[in-house]
Amino acid sequence: MIHLRKSFLAVVALVSLAACAPGPAAPAADQQLGPVSTNVGTEPITLTVWDQNTDPGINDAQEQLNAAFHAKYPNVTINRVSRSFADLKTTLKLALSSDEPPDVVQANQGYPDMGAFVKAGYLRPLNDYADLYGWTGYYPPGLLALNSFSPDGKTWQGDNLYGVSQTGELVGLYYNKAVLAKAGVTTPPTTVAELTDAMAKVKAAGALPLSYGDVEKSPGIHLYGFVLTALAGQQVVNDLITSKSGAWTDAQQVQAAQVITDWVGNGYVTPGANGVSRDQAVASFGNGEAAFLITGTWYQATLEAAAAAKDIGFTALVPNGAATPQTMGGEGLAWALTTKTKHPDAAAAYVDFITDEQAAQALVKTGNLPAVVPADPAPAPGTLAGDISGAYKTISQADGISPYLDYATPTFYDTLTAAAQDLVGGHQSPQQFTQTLQDDYAAFGASGR
Amino acid sequence: MTQGISTGSLVDAPKVAAPDTPVARRPSRRGLVGYLYVLPAFVVFAVFLGVPFLQTFQYSFFDWDGLSYATWAGLSNYVDVLTDARLRAAFGHALVLMIFYAAVPIVLALLLTALISRAHKLRGMSVYRTVLFLPQVIASTVVATIWVSIYSGDGLLNAGLRLVGLGDLARVWLGDYSTALIAIGFVGTWVNAGLCLVLFLSGVGNIDPALFEAARLDGAGAAREFFAITLPSLRGQIAVALTLTIVSALKTFDLVYVTTSGGPGNATTVPAFEAYNRAFNTGQVGSGAAVAIALTAVIMVATALIGRLQPKDAA
Repeated sequence: MIHLRKSFLAVVALVSLAACAPGPAAPAADQQLGPVSTNVGTEPITLTVWDQNTDPGINDAQEQLNAAFHAKYPNVTINRVSRSFADLKTTLKLALSSDEPPDVVQANQGYPDMGAFVKAGYLRPLNDYADLYGWTGYYPPGLLALNSFSPDGKTWQGDNLYGVSQTGELVGLYYNKAVLAKAGVTTPPTTVAELTDAMAKVKAAGALPLSYGDVEKSPGIHLYGFVLTALAGQQVVNDLITSKSGAWTDAQQVQAAQVITDWVGNGYVTPGANGVSRDQAVASFGNGEAAFLITGTWYQATLEAAAAAKDIGFTALVPNGAATPQTMGGEGLAWALTTKTKHPDAAAAYVDFITDEQAAQALVKTGNLPAVVPADPAPAPGTLAGDISGAYKTISQADGISPYLDYATPTFYDTLTAAAQDLVGGHQSPQQFTQTLQDDYAAFGASGR
Repeated sequence: MTQGISTGSLVDAPKVAAPDTPVARRPSRRGLVGYLYVLPAFVVFAVFLGVPFLQTFQYSFFDWDGLSYATWAGLSNYVDVLTDARLRAAFGHALVLMIFYAAVPIVLALLLTALISRAHKLRGMSVYRTVLFLPQVIASTVVATIWVSIYSGDGLLNAGLRLVGLGDLARVWLGDYSTALIAIGFVGTWVNAGLCLVLFLSGVGNIDPALFEAARLDGAGAAREFFAITLPSLRGQIAVALTLTIVSALKTFDLVYVTTSGGPGNATTVPAFEAYNRAFNTGQVGSGAAVAIALTAVIMVATALIGRLQPKDAA
């Protein structure tokens, strides 16, 4: 009896504890914004800034820019907190919900991060600063849209701008001219069909067509997103990810999965790719052991230093009916202001300083791809850097960049990366693969976000 | 016959706390002073373990992304644990790992114990012990990294297979649906066998040598000696080894996180990985908490069941 009464009391205690909800009590109210100014004043200010610029090239650029900013505004001290992308993703939530959050943070686009932050009321809308600093004229509309949400965080690419990006990104097709020439392919492919043909020729010539490794799970997003955009075009993919229209089980989505299944089935892809690391795949392509590599422009510096560097080019594919290439990509994480920052003017001045045209020039000099490529200095044509910045310029100005697929729902990264391994591993058919994605997508739609 | 000290204290602990032991029934002055002694430890326990545990329990009843307002979810997160195919699979994988983390190492260690205890005059015995215990001492992320390279396409394992003419069996072990989970399990075997062996050897050291002498005089062979004397005497150590290894199998996180992140597909996800992934990556804090609580419950039940294997005289 004593036992029973005690456990009853324990249960009552636990249930009453469980009844009070964690997190804020209610949805965030509309934020009151004061007048804005480009004047940062003369009082000593410390800005705490969280960034993910940890790779060597971009880290150099960030340090230079921070030093230059402090030289221009000696009263503003930058307290830099730098985390790798994965660490930032897991710790930023805690930092934002603390009593003293950072002033400026790099927020990843889409529903999982930026959308959740906006919904909780942690990010300050920047429309006023965008007018003040002319961001709306500087960036192509497509890039600004990626950093925008509705004020309630429920609709991506909504009315409010929540940040601007420093760097540009494209997922494209790296190719090895020497390996292709041996197989009798003289010009790089421009469509998915041509790419598949070229792979067949390379295979027939006894070389590996596509170097691919996915043990980390994230490269699957790039492989499927690249093929999907090259087949269906930017508009279809964008509408799907922003929940405007379409389904993952539509014909072109299934067809894109079928293309990948066929590539694997025909032996065009690194065997056992699910157990091969991305770095291994990049390294073997860099050594001239494969004709193609599908990955992001963030590997530019690595491949420029690779053994086969002089043979490597970069391109993107043209979907049916499009005039210019279209591919997945976008821009680096958005530099955003937190709601609780006590120095919004200084924080905005900082964000402008590290993303403007002069910053872009500094980025080019340190081997990075800025979000808006400056006319001067421009990388030399015919080099890998020239290929990449040329493709990025053409594609971003034509709004031909489709967003990363994992922005679609908060759980999509998890669902898609596992499903992509299942697809490449032959564990799921193209139909099952697209159905898995659609199930996640439909559940998110039904949840009302 | 005496039991190892470590055995006794580990298994005795819950009994002391139980309310119907004589000490608790008699509210004497001595008893109260006893509580004072335990107080500092209890405070540390309550602050660093009790509070977070209750908090996790609380979260498990909500739909919460970790940022914005949470909504009451009732028992739905727990229903998911039972009905969501992926979560059920994760618990299933933990069961498979139990074979490789607990059963195989214990059998292996018993065999080795039988061999080593008979050859105890072997030269350099302590070297063997050290080498076999070494995997326990290496940080598990390092262990995982080592095995990732052993299992890779041109890693040690495949090179070995090709060397002996079994090249057809070579594959990317961690990327293959049929082998990934077993490959992770084998790392657990490698790590835990040494622990079990050291436990058993210390147990054998406690057996009165006169027993073996008597058995030999009666004409018992090696096998008979092992089953009649060594094995029964090691019951306490085996229970401890089972507890430690089964708990480590159920709690597996680091090996999976470093080697496969649950892949290929979801072939190697385990409950601890799902709890982490949901809480920190996919914005499902409530669901992650429910998985963590369910896992804790499973571990508690498993530990309680193993406690029953403990010989009575050790209690």
